[in-house]
Amino acid sequence: MPLFDQLYNFAHWLTQNREEAEDLVQETYAKALRGFSSFQLGTNFRAWMYRILRNTFLTSRTGLKATVTVPLDAEDGGPELAVESETPETVFIDRSDRRALETAMENLPVHFREILLLSEVEEMSYQEISETLSIPIGTVMSRLSRARRHLRILLRQRLQEA
Amino acid sequence: MIMACESWQKQLDTYLDGELSADDMKAFDAHVRTCSSCAADALARVQMKRSLEVAGKRFAPSADFRRRIQKSIAARPQRSFSLAWTLATVAAVLVAGTLALTHLAARSSRDHVFSEIADLHVATLASSSPVDVVSTDRHTVKPWFQGKIPFAFNLPELQNTEFTLVGGRMTYLDQTPGAQLLYDVRKHHISVFIFQERSVPVNWGANSLAPKNSPFNVETWSQGGLRYFVISDTSPADIDALAQLFERD
Repeated sequence: MPLFDQLYNFAHWLTQNREEAEDLVQETYAKALRGFSSFQLGTNFRAWMYRILRNTFLTSRTGLKATVTVPLDAEDGGPELAVESETPETVFIDRSDRRALETAMENLPVHFREILLLSEVEEMSYQEISETLSIPIGTVMSRLSRARRHLRILLRQRLQEA
Repeated sequence: MIMACESWQKQLDTYLDGELSADDMKAFDAHVRTCSSCAADALARVQMKRSLEVAGKRFAPSADFRRRIQKSIAARPQRSFSLAWTLATVAAVLVAGTLALTHLAARSSRDHVFSEIADLHVATLASSSPVDVVSTDRHTVKPWFQGKIPFAFNLPELQNTEFTLVGGRMTYLDQTPGAQLLYDVRKHHISVFIFQERSVPVNWGANSLAPKNSPFNVETWSQGGLRYFVISDTSPADIDALAQLFERD
């Protein structure tokens, strides 16, 4: 099955729950098989699959809850993060901080979490992310930049608490 | 210098994502080599990227779930599943041809046979155990078919050719048994099907090539009362070369 492990990992990160992740992946494959004829020749298959999974998630109960409780698109004028709390740009982390990084990712708003996963874990290009999330490349760049900054803030908080 | 660095730093993530233009990438490379502040920042961000890459690969599907999904997908109509998934995996380019192939299937018995052959080929590639006898040795594969199919055939010597034998399996075309042999050539898979001529009663004509728009190339011929099909997504030249080896034998 193409992309099975990657899609599962992505789904689990989104839902933060094994059962829901399994349901999500199952529904994604079912939709993909049903809608295979709508797959456009010459477009990116991986982006298409992730888009199905993500759209399915966003319309699920967990997905709706996740997007209602956080600003959907800070770059479209939503509430801005407390940027002033971040003094230097850099946070150095090492292996032992993996748990802190995982927690920071878990606490990241879902739109930030997903774009970081697509970029850093799936190593998608901006173009591919743009296709997956159905947003322009400029928005990919600004959202990615916000996501990284937000992650650094959360991570620094975790590390300071520790 | 500080002013200059601010403009660099705005692009630092884009640089590290490898998404700047080639010229800008070069300019950035040069700058980072001479600017310790940008270099330190870049290092920290790269570390973060790497850590995230590792930490992000966190959840693995359970074996049970994998089986469940495989089962639920396999329960769907065989044709659309095997065609859809294999083609999607191999190359999306083939899709248009597949649709054409499906349409052609009903048109004539000749096209019907080609379509069946293509489905058999694709279903084999999609299978988790594509061959029942796994061996690169023709002297192992050939005897395996003894008593399983109502005819015998010879397999060509592949020394000094690009082809490798993967193995074989029994197959059925319109309820009659036959042999399917799987070969590899430069990462392409080629199926050779052998049936008794009388079990595929189709007027093949002199020029019996695959239907137009088929994503596969096919060659077929008759030899010693047997009907051979060679099918693959590789080039017609490869297919012809393998067919020649069989015909020579």
